[in-house]
Amino acid sequence: MGEHVIKLPDVGEGVAEAELVEWEVKVGDQVLEDQVLAAVMTDKATVEIPAPRDGKVIWLGAEIGDIIAVGSPIVRMEVEGQGNVKPGEELPAEENEPAAEARDGPESPSEPQSPGEAARAKEGAPSDKADFAEPEAARPSPKPAGTGGGASTSTAPQESGTKPAGSGSAAAAADTGLPRAIGEKPLASPAVRRRAQDGGIDLRRVAGSGPAGRITNDDLDTFIAAGGAPAATGGSVRARDMSVEEIKVVGLRRKIAEKMSTSKSRIPHITYVDEVDVTALEDLRAKLNREKSGSKPKLTLLPFLMRAMARAIAEQPQMNSLYDDEAGIVRRYGGMNMGVAAQTDKGLVVPVVRHVEALSIWDCAGELNRLADAAKNGTASREELTGATITITSLGAMGGIVTTPVINHPEVAIVGVNKMRVMPVWQDGQFVPRKMMNLSSSFDHRVIDGWDAAVFIQRIKGLLEAPASIFIED
Amino acid sequence: MTDHSCKLLVIGAGPGGYIAAIRAGQLGIDTIIVERAAPGGTCLNIGCIPSKALIHAAEEFEKARAFADGNPLGISAGAPKLDLSKTVAWKDGIVKTLTTGVSGLLKKAKVKRIEGTAKFLDGKTVRVEGPDGPATIRAENVCIATGSQPVELPFLPFGGDVISSTEALSLSEPPKTLAVIGAGYIGLELGIAFAKLGSKVTIVEMADHVLPLYDKDLTKPVAKHMESLGIDVHLGARAKERVETGVTVETSDGETLTVEADKILVTVGRSPVTESWGREMLVLDMEGRFIRIDDECRTSMNGIFAIGDVTGEPMLAHRAMAQGEMVAEIVADHRRSWDKRAIPAVCFTDPEIVSVGLSPEEARAEGIEIETNLFPFAANGRALTMESSDGFVRAVARKDNHLLVGLQAVGKGVAELSAAFGLALEMGARLEDVAGTIHAHPTQGEAFQEAALRTLGHALHI
Repeated sequence: MGEHVIKLPDVGEGVAEAELVEWEVKVGDQVLEDQVLAAVMTDKATVEIPAPRDGKVIWLGAEIGDIIAVGSPIVRMEVEGQGNVKPGEELPAEENEPAAEARDGPESPSEPQSPGEAARAKEGAPSDKADFAEPEAARPSPKPAGTGGGASTSTAPQESGTKPAGSGSAAAAADTGLPRAIGEKPLASPAVRRRAQDGGIDLRRVAGSGPAGRITNDDLDTFIAAGGAPAATGGSVRARDMSVEEIKVVGLRRKIAEKMSTSKSRIPHITYVDEVDVTALEDLRAKLNREKSGSKPKLTLLPFLMRAMARAIAEQPQMNSLYDDEAGIVRRYGGMNMGVAAQTDKGLVVPVVRHVEALSIWDCAGELNRLADAAKNGTASREELTGATITITSLGAMGGIVTTPVINHPEVAIVGVNKMRVMPVWQDGQFVPRKMMNLSSSFDHRVIDGWDAAVFIQRIKGLLEAPASIFIED
Repeated sequence: MTDHSCKLLVIGAGPGGYIAAIRAGQLGIDTIIVERAAPGGTCLNIGCIPSKALIHAAEEFEKARAFADGNPLGISAGAPKLDLSKTVAWKDGIVKTLTTGVSGLLKKAKVKRIEGTAKFLDGKTVRVEGPDGPATIRAENVCIATGSQPVELPFLPFGGDVISSTEALSLSEPPKTLAVIGAGYIGLELGIAFAKLGSKVTIVEMADHVLPLYDKDLTKPVAKHMESLGIDVHLGARAKERVETGVTVETSDGETLTVEADKILVTVGRSPVTESWGREMLVLDMEGRFIRIDDECRTSMNGIFAIGDVTGEPMLAHRAMAQGEMVAEIVADHRRSWDKRAIPAVCFTDPEIVSVGLSPEEARAEGIEIETNLFPFAANGRALTMESSDGFVRAVARKDNHLLVGLQAVGKGVAELSAAFGLALEMGARLEDVAGTIHAHPTQGEAFQEAALRTLGHALHI
């Protein structure tokens, strides 16, 4: 038994590639010599590809609609006697053999990988042609239209009647694109630009083969053929999903996006994490909840944290301020308006509990409940969503041991609560189970030094670990 | 009260607005356009077109005067006379033809026109007060194309003999003496035209050269020609106040003198029309005086676009038109964004100036290493045969790959070179592309090819 590889023959004068329009066979079919296997279409004609001999189809190298470069393997057949691939032989460069890419593409052991691609990936050459960020080496399968480029220099035996796959301008252009400097506009005629816009193609990613790196219409063809066409998949592997869904970033999402980029681009964050032993606090909280009168809200951990923060802020007022970095002014607020990040169906909102310094622990809990409901129902007023001077964010319920919270610009600090969990803690010569919880907090390092940040969190930690001290008046 | 609804409402039927509406109509979008005056906006009615008509008439009149005066061409003719009211009537005829044409195009594109003044009630609703009674229009998308208006000087308010470009284009006779405050392109175009029509023109400009937005190389031939037309130019000077005989001016050396003027033409710029259409009912982010837009001409409000002069510099009709076309296509769900390389700018002074892309200074300021050179019309055969040897074509290209980044010219009739310049930049032409293109002989366009050749270091005719 041998294996016979059928490549896309030269289907016409000057044709470098063709579109697969029909499969007449499927994997496992027995075929007879001259039986039509597939039909491909060039811009000139539709051409049928016959079986060169009897055999059994074991692999189909493309899907209907794929653009296939001349010379790319499209069918592998198991044949009587010797095929055109000797078992165990080093793979001809243009052909794809599972054995070969075990070296080149460990991520996809069962999938064929074009040596051309692998070689490029190894050289670390930038690849402009794909619309996807994944590294070339990780691509699960060859792209017939473009991949021949690397192979054209190989000494692989050519099938009679086929051209080297790299002969198309296509493959060359994909590799030769001048990298454009950051911010430099891609050079292309208005017609090419329009075609790219219509096709949703970002011309910055398209290599230009023309003078001064100009992107020609052919370059765009190449790009589309290489990056746009779904790749051939070998047998039973999963197809690559090339779909792209455009989702307009609007409304609250856009607001969030703007806020976050303002914050991250303008504020040098310093993030500080420490763990807090909340065993005592949890005991107290459980007791208070157990004994509270029915009308009072259930206490979560947040009201305690808010009150602890209120005390810590009283000692470090710089934490409760807004930094107007354009005017170069930090406004320290006496009133502590604490934003509490809340996830809603539409995205993140931050309702604000006003004047925490004047609220009792029960007041805090009541306000939190009320605002959380308002935020979820979308009934929170503008007033209730603005005016924070410091923010608390809690992903506690979800788990996660550390976060790097993003400061709610122009505030200067954000305190993040991580999941509480029971941990063995070395205490008095033995391990004891303690309820531990991390606080992950970020500060605007322009106006808050790391030392002050640490002092602040340590103070909060001290208060939470000895919860009675939260309530002791000075 | 009539109620309408539509997919696209365009406010303002200037060149930006009417193009947006026509294109939208072509794409099958249900479109309404509202305009309080005749279609065509400033451009067709009181701007580009009428001023060019006046400039043309002035040029013809000046030629005729030259023929009566003795000239190297050996032509002699009788002293010409001018009936400016006839000129203005002729100009009005052209305007009428064009505005009627626009109406026809709108109709052909099945755009509904509503006459009147539009006012936003909210982001989707506009109320129109017009001769056909009030109407309310609900639109999925609104395109604001309200344009711009001449800037008024507080100490020289428009009225009486203090006029804007609008009135200057409809005078019944040329003023004996004309003071032009502001030597931007509008002031110079009209000032030069009136000088040719026989007015004694004085130009007052705060900057140290005329056409302050262009470099001195480009403006020098214009300044030179103005001198030969007998135009007085006060640079570094400020107009102060209206006096009976004209206007007082504080000159660069601090002296105050009186410029005699029957009419005072104030052309100190144009400001966007951002009031009177209910902007206060919207929450539009502004950028200085202008409405802020992104590269799809979207404002900060969903479904509200803005195009043209109201969105910023350069306040040019062709920019507005390109924006209008784009907005219509975006509303029709095409993927579009502003990707133009260059917006040509032309001064119809005498000689004309055209500039596309970056000047050498601007290119350097952007940190681009450039090669630049110019080819003078004095070495161009066609220019000599037209008595227009003043001026040049200048090419500005990147040093590393010779990509053209700017093209400028000054000279007679060079406005038409804007087509070639614009195309070269949009197509991403390099110096070699222009140098390698056969330019017909004898034309002024050859200077374009020669400028490219000279920048490459091997001009043939110099």
